[in-house]
Order: sequence, then structure tokens, then C-alpha cells
Amino acid sequence: MTTNYEHHEYDVLIIGAGGAGLRAAIEAKQRGLKVGIITKSLLGKAHTVMAEGGMAAAMGNVYPEDNWKVHFRDTMRGGKYLNNYRMAELHAKEAPQRVWELEQWGALFDRTKDGKILQRDFGGHRYARLAHVGDRTGLELIRTLQQKVVSMGTDVFMECKVLQLVHDASGRVAGCVAYWRANGEFVTFSAKAVILATGGAGKSWKFTSNSWEGTGDGHAMALWAGAKLIDMECIQFHPTGMVWPLSVRGLLVTEGVRGDGGVLRNSNGERFMFNYVADMFRAETADSEAEADRWYDDHAAGRRPPELLPRDEVARAINAEVKAGRGSPHGGVFLDIGSRRTPEFIRRRLPSMYHQFMELAGVDITKEAMEIGPTCHYIMGGVQVDAETAATAVAGLFAAGEVAGGMHGANRLGGNSLSDLIVFGKRAGEGAADYVEGFQGSSDLDRAEVESAIAEALAPFERESGENPYDIQRDLQEMMQANVGIIRTGAELEFANAELDKFAERVANIKVSGGRAYNPGWNLATDLPSMITVSRTTTRGALERKESRGGHTRDDFPKTDAEFGTFNFAHQMTQGGTWQSSITTERSTLLELPAELKAILEEAN
Amino acid sequence: MSTVTMRVWRGDANGGDFQQFELEKNEGEVVLDVIHRIQATEAPDLACRWNCKAGKCGSCAVEINGKPRLMCMTRLDTLPEGAITVTPMRTFPIIRDLVTDVSFNYAMAERVPALLPPEMPEGGYRMFQEDVERGQEFRKCIECFMCQDVCHVIRDHEENKVNYAGPRFFIRYAELEMHPLDTNDRRDLVREEMGLGYCNITKCCTEVCPEHIHITDNAIIPLKERVVDAHYDPIAWLGRSIRRKTKRSAAEAAVQPAP
Amino acid sequence: MTAVENSTKVTLGGTRGGPDVATLRTDRWWLQPVVTMSILISFVIYSTWAAFQNKNYYVGAALQRDLISPFYSPCLSANCTPGSSSLFAIHGWTWSPALLILLFPLGFRMTCYYYRRSYYRAFWWAPPACGVADAHGTYTGETRFPLIIQNVHRYFFYAGLVFNGLLTYDAFRAYHQPGLGWGVTIGSLVLTLNATLLWLYSLSCHACRHLCGGQVKSFSQHPIRHRLWKFLTPLNAKHMNFAWASLFVVALTDVYVRLVASGAIHDIRLF
Repeated sequence: MTTNYEHHEYDVLIIGAGGAGLRAAIEAKQRGLKVGIITKSLLGKAHTVMAEGGMAAAMGNVYPEDNWKVHFRDTMRGGKYLNNYRMAELHAKEAPQRVWELEQWGALFDRTKDGKILQRDFGGHRYARLAHVGDRTGLELIRTLQQKVVSMGTDVFMECKVLQLVHDASGRVAGCVAYWRANGEFVTFSAKAVILATGGAGKSWKFTSNSWEGTGDGHAMALWAGAKLIDMECIQFHPTGMVWPLSVRGLLVTEGVRGDGGVLRNSNGERFMFNYVADMFRAETADSEAEADRWYDDHAAGRRPPELLPRDEVARAINAEVKAGRGSPHGGVFLDIGSRRTPEFIRRRLPSMYHQFMELAGVDITKEAMEIGPTCHYIMGGVQVDAETAATAVAGLFAAGEVAGGMHGANRLGGNSLSDLIVFGKRAGEGAADYVEGFQGSSDLDRAEVESAIAEALAPFERESGENPYDIQRDLQEMMQANVGIIRTGAELEFANAELDKFAERVANIKVSGGRAYNPGWNLATDLPSMITVSRTTTRGALERKESRGGHTRDDFPKTDAEFGTFNFAHQMTQGGTWQSSITTERSTLLELPAELKAILEEAN
Repeated sequence: MSTVTMRVWRGDANGGDFQQFELEKNEGEVVLDVIHRIQATEAPDLACRWNCKAGKCGSCAVEINGKPRLMCMTRLDTLPEGAITVTPMRTFPIIRDLVTDVSFNYAMAERVPALLPPEMPEGGYRMFQEDVERGQEFRKCIECFMCQDVCHVIRDHEENKVNYAGPRFFIRYAELEMHPLDTNDRRDLVREEMGLGYCNITKCCTEVCPEHIHITDNAIIPLKERVVDAHYDPIAWLGRSIRRKTKRSAAEAAVQPAP
Repeated sequence: MTAVENSTKVTLGGTRGGPDVATLRTDRWWLQPVVTMSILISFVIYSTWAAFQNKNYYVGAALQRDLISPFYSPCLSANCTPGSSSLFAIHGWTWSPALLILLFPLGFRMTCYYYRRSYYRAFWWAPPACGVADAHGTYTGETRFPLIIQNVHRYFFYAGLVFNGLLTYDAFRAYHQPGLGWGVTIGSLVLTLNATLLWLYSLSCHACRHLCGGQVKSFSQHPIRHRLWKFLTPLNAKHMNFAWASLFVVALTDVYVRLVASGAIHDIRLF
């Protein structure tokens, strides 16, 4: 049976309307191509708005000694050398231009005294490097790009949920099948090139800073379509999420609090981070509170405070303090800026943190300390792409932003995400445009793939009985939090791996009630296959990586193993299957660094 | 454990009614938590929009006890005793339950003429904190569209929607008009096509803004005053036309459309 | 400059959600418009009565004082109470001078952005409160005659400055008591308070904030106007408070002068 669905054709089709997707759209549109953007939310609501602290770019506005080499080195060290070096290099080189360009489109960053873009300190960055607007930089980024995209007259399909990528007869990705949330009707898109910019996957964990959108749709769809996922075990647990009240547990507290002078204390009032400085960072980290405090005003007068170590280090330290019984009443530790900075300073630099705690927790952060703990925040892993063009292993498919892997290695530095979006968003737009210009032929969607995706989406309505998708989601989140969380062991990972098979069976037996029009239960049912796929690859990678590195910590293999530093774990699906097909995991050797870049990494501090 | 009574409007373009739910109430919970619990248990198809649950994306705007509010930022313990009424935003067409069709706002966004800065010098533009601060206030907007919802100009007079941009876009126009690099003049546009004159500054937009933007005092009234400069003030007009000669030509020479 | 072409058309007439009622608010939203309405009506009644009195507006040398009611200053009529005229007289005008004078503060307050908010809510019910349906079938706001006249607010602001200057002079004069010399009386303090509040009301005006600095695009290129604007901005935030305070006090000043002039009370000299 073949039904006619609403259909649209584009040169470049972009799935996802966050920073990367919008930046890619601008680039492709400027090349004169027909560009369509699909988003499962409204335009301007993507998770990019949640980014607070800033975007890293070595502009040297505050510290003229900063340059792309230092940024490159910081990024590689932060990523524990698991990065795709070429991505880190391009990122460090191109970020300043990408940031300046935003001002041309209307962005208003905070300024230095001499009228340049002000830059702030962040964990793992040697110099103050983050362009920012108070603590709402992500909002500024997305609004700027959104307004630019709209002024260029780009088609945006809002509240349109993509179910699956669709190939053409030659096996290249040629479009996708989706449904309108408003009425539940299906719609197909064909395109000469498809760019995935779907963001992250943190919704598979219970305590997460991610919104409902972070279900890893792009990761999963790329895998199903034949692309490779790498580094999926590397999940960033942001050290500072709210822990109380329970209803907001996991909600992000920006690293800017620490960049602007906030410190971490345990229940004894001790600034415990001094006890957790790894050898790798000892030379550049302060060893007394006095030295650390001098650094805020003048980076030459002391070494960095240990609170500003990379996020993985800080998250592990907090975890250890809580485990040792020195936690706060609600199971976190204290983040204190109120006793260290004036109320005016805090309200000006961190306005949304001030309101967030005031309104949601009834805590005045200018007077009291915040209770915070680690929260699932970002997935370093993603679709393996070519650094220059963002092309994946499947012809016609590109990926940029959080859904792409490699740029951040085993751990992402704060502030490198927003700059990643604009650097590789632009490159994906260019890469796709180049591909489209060289492409001969048509994009005829494989009807069988379309029909099977639609049949699968509709199945939950047709079952006589079945399970509530909300129950499955809750159980999945609890299982992943407990077994594939911040500290992992082989036994728990084995258990999780087996559990995920059971979850897959439960997902295949969902019953959805109500109609197709704006039905959140149904929407969740269509998200769950992606969540299971992401959880599986994360668990698989975590089992295989028998060491601790960055965002992957094994209790049974606590040391970093040099041998594991030479490759990524890449996951791939057997061709032509469904989301239930088996996944193969193999080692994918890292690119060899050219001598001049190696020299940068080996330079003394 | 105490309980809470929720009266949630459910329905679509064919009509609807309140459905009542009794639930447990936990410490620190917001309205969105309770709506989520209703979805997870009693009504999995209860439609509502939400994303960040942190007051940063503006998706979960509804009307709580008759007033536009973000569900994620409205704590139950700040509401008066008794049943809590939750209804969709009144000004926009209903899709289903608490979800409305907000495309009016996106149509108005398309009409905004973009920023037109001079060509960017090497190393970026120079602007000073005092130049960007006014615009930054307006750029805090999270586009929840509650100001649009509460504005009686379109809430109570559907026909005005064709020629009224609404508070959200007045702050956008104000931002551009106060942008130190912009070279466009949108004053005629806001007067003639965007309906600035419809606003009678009753300030409900400012009252409901979750970002506490001073929409009326800092954006709409300054825009009205700029329109007065251009249309109703002969002294200002005279002064400007003398100065314009020198200023405009310099600006024009520098201006090139942004790439 | 016009709107971007080819933008999406707005389609009208979609069905709205929620019940068809004027409001779902259960709080006392009607309280504010009722209070506003009561105060404004009371003021209008009192000031009309006071304006038509044409007497007891000046306390002169006979009582060893120099106090004039702000409703009657400057006294321009041909038959002013002796000593009360400070400028010139309009030949043949024998009606109350207040009828001329009050037009200006009335115009200033009628077109004031804060009062507009208040009386549109309290009297027009457009809307009576936020989230409460407004009381009109059609609505064109301030786009047409007569409400388009609201745009002349800044001219009333300029006129208001002249009056503020005159009332400041009156207050200054009140410190010199004929026959007694310089000294401070309750009346002089009342007049000073009145002049001060009127200055604050004028300076906190939105038109003033715009004209002094708000109208520039780039503050860094106009540092003096930026400082002026920064000085006026916190005042502007209190415009509502100054609007009500100055309204009360101006009436109170008239009452005080009237009571002293009629002999009902004595203006106490403090030192």
C-alpha cells in the first residue's frame, strides 16, 4: 500500500534548529541553495538557550597572550587527547571569526573597557576566553542566529518530529520521514544533503540538565542509517546542578559562578578541591587558598584555583566528598559566591542564577551558599565526521554540534560547546553545499523505508494492550542513572547491557491512548527507540573502555591507560536493519598529530 | 502529605471543558511538575508545551488562575488555597489542551527589517558597555509570548492582529533602534504598519514578563517618543534635518549590507 | 522603511481555547481601578470647586505672609488679590485665574504616560486589569483623533517646567514674611514640598528622559547626555510615586493656603 503524504523537497535539509543547525542553514542559504529546517520544538527553544557561561574563542581581548595554539592545547588536554585533533585545531583557529560575525547579525556581548568583546574565565581554559552576555549566552546565540535565518527567508518546519532518515536506491541518505505534532499527520522530505544538528542525549539519565528534547534522535538515526558513532561512553556530568528541591534536581548552575569567584565547600566548610588536583594539572593549579584568590584579579599573581579544573575532575571530586559523608543536607556540596562577592556584582554577572535560586529554591545566592551536585549534561560522543566538511560515513549525511563526535574527546571544556556549534555548523553548511553543487541525480525516497517507519510509529495505537511509555522512560532513566552514571563498574555495565534488551522489548509493546493530534504520550513513544539506542552504545562503549578517562570513570579500572588513548570505540549497525538490529563495536584508530601540533601540546606550561 | 486540585482545560477547536485532577503535592513543586504527573499517570495524552523547565526557553506559557504564567516557574506554594485553574493562552488559536498556535508571533518576526551595520573592521566592532546595555535588556526576552497573550489590543480584538506587532516585537524594534551600529530607521514602520499607536500603555505586558523586562518604560514609550520626534515635533524635526546632512552621508559611505 | 516583503500573512478567526468568560482571575483585580477612579474623581471635584472660588488663594501682608496657592499662580487676572500678582495681568479677564492656569497641569497629567495607564484602566476599562476582557467592541488605541493628541505630551512637559519655575519662586518668596523678615513657616515648607514634588514629577517624565538622552543611539558618543539619562532613569522608575504624591500635595497646598487665607487656621512660624 502506498499512501501520498505531504512532501517537501530541498537542496539542503537540516534536522534540528539549535545553534549548529541554524548556523549551517545560514551558510547553505548564502550559497543560494534551497534550505529547509525541521525542529521538533518551536524555533528558538532548542537546548542551546540553556547554555549560560559563554563561548570560547581565543580573541585575546582580555589576555593578549592568548591565541589559537593555547586554546587548541587546552581543548586537547581537557579531552584527554581522545579528540579528533583536526577538529580541535579548526575550532581553535576559526572560533574568533565566528564570534565576531555574530555581532554583524545583532548579537550584543558584554564589553571590555576599550569596547571589545569581554571574555570570562572558565574551567580548563588557561586564559579568560569566553565571550558572554551575563549568564545567558546561549540565548543570545540562538536568538541572533534565529533572527538571521528568519531575515533570510528560510523555511522552518516547527513542531515536526523526524522519525527516521530515508535512503534512496543508491544507498545515500536522501531525506527523512516526520510527523506534525499539531495534527499527527505524516510528512516526507527529500533533499540532496541532510545535516543532522539534533543536539544531545542526556534524557536517558534521571538527573540531567537536558530538556525532553535531549533524546539522542540524531545519534540514533545516524546509526540506523549506517553512520558510525564514536566515544559514546564519554558523558559529561556537569559538576554543578541543583540538587534541591527535588523537582528541579539536575537543573544547571553555570560554571560562570566559579569563574567569577565561587568556591566549593563540603559540610565541614573546607575548600576541598585542593585535595583533588590530578598530576596532569598540578603545575598550573594553586596550592593554597591565598594563591588561588590572587589569581582572579591577576592571572600572573597566582595559579588557577582548583575549582576551575576541567568538569570531569570537579564532578568526580564532588562525588567523592558526598560518598565520604561530607555532603550537604540534600546530597550535594556547597557552592558559595555570596560570601566572596558583593550582591551587586552577583546580580549583574549572574542574573539568571540569582533568579533561578530565588524563585525555585527560595535561596538568595548573594547571602547563602547553593547546594549543588553533578548532573548529566553533555555527550562528547556522537556521529563520526570529517573535520573539514562534517560529512559522515554515509553519502549525503552531515552532522554538526553535540550530535557529532570527536571534537571534545573524552571531556568537553565549558564554553567549547557554543563555539563548536558555530564553527562546525558553518563547516557543515559549506560541506553540504559543496556536496549539493557536485551532486548529479535525484533524491527518490525508498518508499519501503518510509512505509515501515510510519507503520512502526502507528503501531502503539493499534495494540489491544501494552505499556505506558512514561513508565518505561522513568524506569530507563533510573536504570541508566544507577548503572551507567558518573562512576561505573564492569558488573553494573553488564547488568545494564542486559537490561537494555528488556527495555527494547518493552518499547516494542507500548500502548498509546488518545488521538494523534499533539499527543505527548505518543511523542514519547517515538522518542524511546532513540533513547534505547543511545543507552546501548553508551553502555557498550563503557564496557569496552577498560580505563578511566575524562567523562568515563571505571571504578574497576581507575587509571588512565595509554593504550586506550590511541583509538575511539566506534559503533555501527548491520546494514538494512531496524532500530532493534544488532550493533557492532570496533576500535577506530585516532588520527596521527602532525609534528607542529605535537610540539604545541608538549610545550611547557 | 497535602493534596492539590487542578482544573485543567482540555479540548481543541471543536470545544472543550475543564477536567479536574486531585494529586499529591510535594515540597518545592511547580505547576509543570504536577502537569507532568498527570501525564505520567491519569492522562498520557494531556497536551502541553515545555522544554527547559528552568524559565529559559519560554515554552510552557499558559494561564494559571486567569493570568499568563510560566508553568515551570510557578511554585504551588505561591498560589492561593483552592483549585488551581490552568488554561491555554487566550489570544492564540487553540491546537489542543494547553497548546496554542503561536504562529502569529513568527509571522511578525518575519516582518522585522534586519540590523544594518557598517562593514565589520578587522578584529570585530568596537562598542561600549553603555551602548549595548539597553539592547541587552530586550535581548533577555525568552519569547514566551505572554506579553502578546495579555495585550488586550489583540486579546480582545482579533481584527487588530493584522496590523499590530505586539509588545514582544516592540522591544525588538526598540533594540534595533537603540543599536549603536544600526543604520536603518524603523520609526515610520512601527507607526504605520506595526501599530505602535494601538498600544495604550496599560502595562500588562510588563506585569507578566517573566524576565522582568521593562517593556513599557524602556521600549514602548521610548519608541513612541521616537515617533514623536519624527512626526509630531517640529523642533526636533528641524534640528535633525540640519544635522542629518553631515551625519547621514558619512554613515551611508560606511554602510554595506551585512553578508 | 517598510516591513519585509513576502512575510507570512496572519490568518484571523482561529478558535480560542479556554472558557468564554471575561476573566478567570479570582483575586481582587477590580480594587486598583476602583481606587484610582475614586482618587481621580475626588481630585477633579475638589480642583473644579477650588478653581471657581476665585478667592482665599493668597495670604498677603495683612497676615504677614506671602503664600499663594499653586492653583492660582501666576495670578494673571485683572482683579487679583492685591500682592498676589507677580507677572502681568490679562486685560479684562475677571474670572478665576485658575481656569487659565489649570489647563497646563491638566494637559500635562492627561497626556502623561503614567496617568494614561491609570485612567485607561479605571475609566475606559481598556482593559480594567490584566487578563480581564476590555469593555469595547472595537479598539483603535491612540492611532486616531482624539487620542492621537497624546503625542503632544512633551509640549506640556515644556510648559510644566515654566510653572515649576514660577512655583519655585513662590516657595522662595514664602520664606520672607512681610514685616517680620526671613523665616520659616509651615506654609513656606508646604510650598517648598509642593514645588519639589512637581519638579520630581516633571524630571521623572518619560518625555524628559527621552529628550535628555534616551533618543541617542550610541551613549558612548554622547557622554553628557548619557550621564543625564542615567541620572533620570531611577527617577523615571518612580514616576508613578511622584505622580500621586505631587497630585496629593498640590491639592493639600491649595487647601492649606485657603484655610490660612480664610482665617480658619494660623500659619505657624517655626523660626
